[in-house]
Amino acid sequence: MFIASGRVFTFFMLILLAIIIAYYIKRSREGYVPTIRPIAGLDAIEEAVGRATEMGRPVHYTPGIGALNGATAAMTFAGLEILSVVARTIARYGANLIVTIRQPTVLPLAEEVVKQAYMAEGAIELYNPDTVRYLSQEQFAYAAGVLGLLHREKAAANILLGAFWAESLVVAETGNSIGAIQIAGTARLTQIPFFAAACDYVLIGEELYAASAICSKNPIKLGSIAGQDIGKIIAVGLLVCGALLETVGISWLTQLLVK
Amino acid sequence: MKSSTPVIVLTFIVGILIIAEFFLPGLNLANASNEVQNWGVVIAAFALGLAAVNLVRIHGRRIILRRSEWWNSALLLFFLFYMIVVGIIAGTDYIAYEFAFQNVMTPLGATMYAMLSFWIASAAYRAFVARSIEASILLISAAIVMLGNAPIGEAIWARFPALGSWIMDIPNTAAMRGIMIGAAIGAIALGIRVMVGIERGYLGGGNE
Repeated sequence: MFIASGRVFTFFMLILLAIIIAYYIKRSREGYVPTIRPIAGLDAIEEAVGRATEMGRPVHYTPGIGALNGATAAMTFAGLEILSVVARTIARYGANLIVTIRQPTVLPLAEEVVKQAYMAEGAIELYNPDTVRYLSQEQFAYAAGVLGLLHREKAAANILLGAFWAESLVVAETGNSIGAIQIAGTARLTQIPFFAAACDYVLIGEELYAASAICSKNPIKLGSIAGQDIGKIIAVGLLVCGALLETVGISWLTQLLVK
Repeated sequence: MKSSTPVIVLTFIVGILIIAEFFLPGLNLANASNEVQNWGVVIAAFALGLAAVNLVRIHGRRIILRRSEWWNSALLLFFLFYMIVVGIIAGTDYIAYEFAFQNVMTPLGATMYAMLSFWIASAAYRAFVARSIEASILLISAAIVMLGNAPIGEAIWARFPALGSWIMDIPNTAAMRGIMIGAAIGAIALGIRVMVGIERGYLGGGNE
């Protein structure tokens, strides 16, 4: 068969989702502005930066420890997108920013994102080349580096948005122990409970991916979020139909999904 | 033409190539896909060099300016150059390289990992304070799951393990799957935005 076995349904769903998102982007270009529910964690970014500015202490940001390839790449990209928003806010307020990086491939992107954010806000003179700091590619060496840095610099805000593994709790608990306002977000299911326990605000799953679009208030980006919601409605519809059909002994939908 | 346009076009082409290779094996794109992924490995190797420069620049300045705890930076740079020099000259099998890795790096990593249990305890203590209805539900559910997994739970009441399993298998799994489906669709939407160049904050760019 031309399409790989076991991926037929996924392939057509991907195309359908792309068409729906493209349709909503087109509608947004024509003037349609979807209403997106506010996300407390995103509203808190400005508050966190303002607090850091008043206290004269830095904001720590990490786009996660995931790479730019593989299953967690989308989370890293989302982390970098929101870094742009955070860096622009910090440039406006004149606060200090510290970005810690684990993956070498993420380093040049993060440096460029922060530099461009300062330029966009007309505050390039405030840009410090030491803002973005590579720590280590070793997971727990990176965690130890962040731990030490948070304690030494006494960060007023700790923003963790991206892909995290077991180091999530080390970093979040350290932030808590120094009294930093903490905003975290990840789509990794095993780490969400840690963030929920240790942080003030948590962006759960899809909220992380939608965050930069929501922050930008760009109608075209918001249109894609509206399209994504239609995808969720379809997924829920399939779930309900599948459960009902399986309950009455009809399994054609289940078989269709695994084709 | 904006400077980011070639990058966006390249992102789109590479994205379509990888997607097509995953779904359409009949197109025989495996070689092209592998080649692109090999480029990624080469870029990653160069990025590691940039990362080393970043480390040396930041920690070198800390040492020169005698900033607080500058000796930690000196120690870091010493071991950085030690591992590079020994690794290149004598190879990674050489005893001096292996010694540092097995007796410094590995135990330190294991120590950090082991400390997680203490972090979990302190986080759980705060999370389990019944300040609201949601926190109370969390506290009760967690207590049941813990009692279901510990032998003492079964000794207190024989149904604790079954109740704990039910909480994990039904409400917990349902919530996890909800998050997973939402996140998967969100990742696809972000991927589409990146591929068509709407989302380019990661390039240091702004809005479309």
